[in-house]
This record gives sequence, C-alpha cells and structure tokens, in this order.
Amino acid sequence: MTKRIVIVGGGTGGTVTANLLARNLYRQLIDGKVVINMITDKPDHVYQPGFLYIAFDKIRPDEIVRKQRELLDPHINLFVDPAVRIDRDNNVVITKSGKEHHYDYLVIATGSKVVPEEIPGFREGAHHFYEMEAAKKLRDALRKFEGGRIVVTVGVPHKCPVAPLEFTFMLHDYLKERDILDKTEIYYTYPINRLHALEPVANWAVPRFEQKGIKYETLFNMEEIDARNKVVRTMEGTELSYDLLVAIPPHKGAPVIQESGMGSDGWVTTDRKLLRNAGYDNVYVVGDTTDLPISKAGSTAHFQSDVVAERLTSEILEGESSSEYDGKVVCFVETGFDEATYVWFNYKTPPKPTPPSRMLHWMKLGYNRLYWLSAKGVL
Amino acid sequence: MSELKIDRTIDARGSACPGPLMELIKGVKSAGVGTVIELLSCEKGTTVDAPAWIKKVGQEFIDMEEKEGYWRIVMKKIK
Ligand SMILES: Cc1cc2nc3c(=O)[nH]c(=O)nc-3n(C[C@H](O)[C@H](O)[C@H](O)COP(=O)(O)OP(=O)(O)OC[C@H]3O[C@@H](n4cnc5c(N)ncnc54)[C@H](O)[C@@H]3O)c2cc1C
Repeated sequence: MTKRIVIVGGGTGGTVTANLLARNLYRQLIDGKVVINMITDKPDHVYQPGFLYIAFDKIRPDEIVRKQRELLDPHINLFVDPAVRIDRDNNVVITKSGKEHHYDYLVIATGSKVVPEEIPGFREGAHHFYEMEAAKKLRDALRKFEGGRIVVTVGVPHKCPVAPLEFTFMLHDYLKERDILDKTEIYYTYPINRLHALEPVANWAVPRFEQKGIKYETLFNMEEIDARNKVVRTMEGTELSYDLLVAIPPHKGAPVIQESGMGSDGWVTTDRKLLRNAGYDNVYVVGDTTDLPISKAGSTAHFQSDVVAERLTSEILEGESSSEYDGKVVCFVETGFDEATYVWFNYKTPPKPTPPSRMLHWMKLGYNRLYWLSAKGVL
Repeated sequence: MSELKIDRTIDARGSACPGPLMELIKGVKSAGVGTVIELLSCEKGTTVDAPAWIKKVGQEFIDMEEKEGYWRIVMKKIK
C-alpha cells in the first residue's frame, strides 16, 4: 500500500521537512510506495529574516525570494492551492479549488501571520518590517526621516523574538551613518519587565542601550494607536508620543487552523516532545503554528522538521520511532551593522549570550545566503 | 483554590523564550472577559512578575501556590 504524506505550508518548516523526507525515502518514492504532496498558498518562497535588512537598505527585495518549486526535491508534488479545511477524522485536506488530498500522515506547517488590524489605529499610524511591502514602506520612511523620536514597540505574540532588539541596534547605526543620530531619540519599549524575553540577553542589552543613548520603557503593551496625534496607548494605562512608530504587529496562526477547529487563534495543540497534534497520532506540527511556549523562529521550525522527518521515516520503514524534540532554538542577534551575538537554548538549558563579534555578524550575513541550502535540507 | 473552575491552562514550564509572563500576556489578550486562567511556570521570578503585571493592567489576581518544581498562578480576566 502506498503511504501518502501531505504537508500543508511551504515555508521554512514545510520545505525542510519535505526535502528531508524525500532524501530519507528516496527509494520508496521511486518505487511508488510513498507519495509526498505539498500544499501551499503561493508560488514564491520568501526568506523572512531578510525583511530586517530591507528596512535599512542593506538587501534588495529580489535577493530574498525564490520559486518554491526550485527549492523542492523533484519527487515532491507541489500544489499551489491553499488548504481551506483540514478534516483529521477523515484524513483529508480540502483546498480552495475543491481538490481532496487524502493522507496517511499529515504535517501542518502553516506558520503565523501578522494581524495589525487587532490594534486600532495600527494601519494608519505604524510602520513594521514583518512583511515585504511593509519593510519597503519603512525603508522609504527611514530614507526621508530627518530627526525626531522613533518609538519601537512590540505586539504579543510575535515571531522572531530577537528582531525588535536587532532592529533597535541597527537603527542606531543607520542613524549614525546618516549623521542624524544627534537629532533623533530612539525609544524602545517591551511587553514584559525587562528589555528582552531572554533574561541574559536583557541584562546584556541594558549597558549597551545606556552607552548608545537608547531610551527604554518596559511593561509596555500597545493597545491602540492614535495616528492623528501620534500617540501609542497601552494596556498598562500609559501613553507615549512619537514621530515615527515601528511596531511589531501581534500574530495569529493561519485561518485554516481555527476554521478547522484545530486550535484557538490558529495555534495547534502540539506535544512538546513528539510534535504530534493532540489526539491524532498521524498528524505532526512544525514551526510557528505550534502552541508550544517556545520562540517562533526559523531555527525552531528547522530543528522540529529534523525530528518530524526522522519520526515519519522510521514509522514508515520500521513501524515506530524514538526521535524527540528537546526544545532547541538557536538565534544570531545583530547588535549593530558590524557585530552580532548568538544564543542557543532548549527546554532544559537556559541561554547564555556570547560576547558580540564581527565574526558572528559575518556568520549571520553568511547564513542569509546559505538559507536556501538549509531549506533544501542540505545544511 | 482547588474547587475554582479553570477555563484555560497556560503551561509555560521550560519556556526560556518568550517566557511565562509573555505567554500570560498572550493568553489574557485572547481570552474573553470572565475567563479564569492558570499559569504554570518553573521560574521563581514569575511569582513576582505575573501578579505585579496582572494588578497593573487592572485584572484580578486570585491565588498562587508552589507545586513540585513549579508555581501555579491563577487570575481572572475581568475587563
Ligand atoms: C523580520 C523577521 C526576521 C526574522 N528573523 C529570524 C531570524 O533571525 N532567525 C530565525 O530563526 N527566524 C527569524 N524569523 C522567523 C522565521 O522567518 C519564521 O519563524 C519561520 O519562517 C517559521 O517557519 P514556518 O514554516 O513555521 O512558517 P513560514 O515560513 O511562515 O511558512 C508558512 C507557510 O504556510 C503557508 N500557508 C499559510 N496558510 C496556508 C494554507 N491555508 N494553505 C497552504 N499554505 C498555507 C504560508 O503561505 C507559508 O508559506 C524572522 C521573521 C521575520 C518576519
């Protein structure tokens, strides 16, 4: 009997999982004993961390986009046709065109999406860099910026927890390069009572902010933006005025998850070690769409894909698998235009940032190019 | 506290990042008024940070207890 694997979502997690499976099950794919079908919603694959560099004019938009088909092993079938319903009781995914994809194993990798509309006034009053068009708009606004107060604020939840901090450090260097640092006040705000979710990173950032003259305020959860008066108001009852506002929008999972009754706000209930969807042993979940209390990051999606591909391969070839996810996350953190640091942690090991260096910055720049090999399952 | 009906459990044990307080903020934002939420955390700091934030944003802090190797904090979304 042919085993049918369906992967929904052609971003980082879905693509890595599909390519690893194709490599592990090469023989079975050739012999027709396994079929891998990927369902995604657009023909292009975008390297999202590149948005940060687009905002500062350091990368061109076309440099971070590739055709999804070219990233996938040729034995994987690609359907650019969004999933509109996932019916786990009948093992079928239904797409917009009406096609039914029956599966023996399902991998959900539909990621997360920004929902700026959840914050009144966001569209009119704020910039962000979490989508291509928004990053280009912010780049244009920064090019024209001649001084004033730039407020950075952070919605909850959001992917890539280090991006707001990276943005702030890079903004400092950008303004310095443009000779307008002395005419600008950078004001960073954060939802919890320190500068970053990771305590060692927060402690490490404080003296650096002070040395660079970056102001900050914590316990700051934006509730609404008054675009006309250029003011952000918070859940905590405070308000802050700005000349340019860069706000990380809150995120939700893909609508298809909520609409299929698979988890509130689009976050799928996921076993933290086995990465299975609760109650369904043949349904795996990778990446941003899990409800796990860990960073929503490309590295997380990648490490989870390693486990899911290993588990599915062993289940198909041997009947069972012992592979488990240990909560591993790795992040390079830009600390300006020419230095970066690096953290890794898992469920049991807390993070410990290394001192920033030029070498780590070059590694991050290098990874920005190597990502495509990562997506192909080579790296 | 044991007889109180919990509507939503946020298990943030082992969460280095985004961490228990951020998980709680996320939970409170998406919950309806009247929801009773329990937060589980292995970080001792949460026993100070979470009640302080709950009070600061005008929500109801109900109780806190130490369990084996973790803490349980209960609150209600009242607005
Ligand atoms: C500005 C920025 C900077 C970042 N920096 C870093 C970084 O430095 N390091 C890091 O590790 N991570 C970083 N990230 C985060 C990283 O990009 C994401 O966490 C990662 O892409 C998550 O992978 P995923 O597969 O879960 O989701 P995605 O890569 O977002 O893929 C989800 C896919 O599912 C598709 N999809 C959604 N709904 C449907 C549907 N109904 N049917 C079919 N397909 C669907 C989407 O179109 C998308 O292609 C950054 C993100 C941003 C925005």
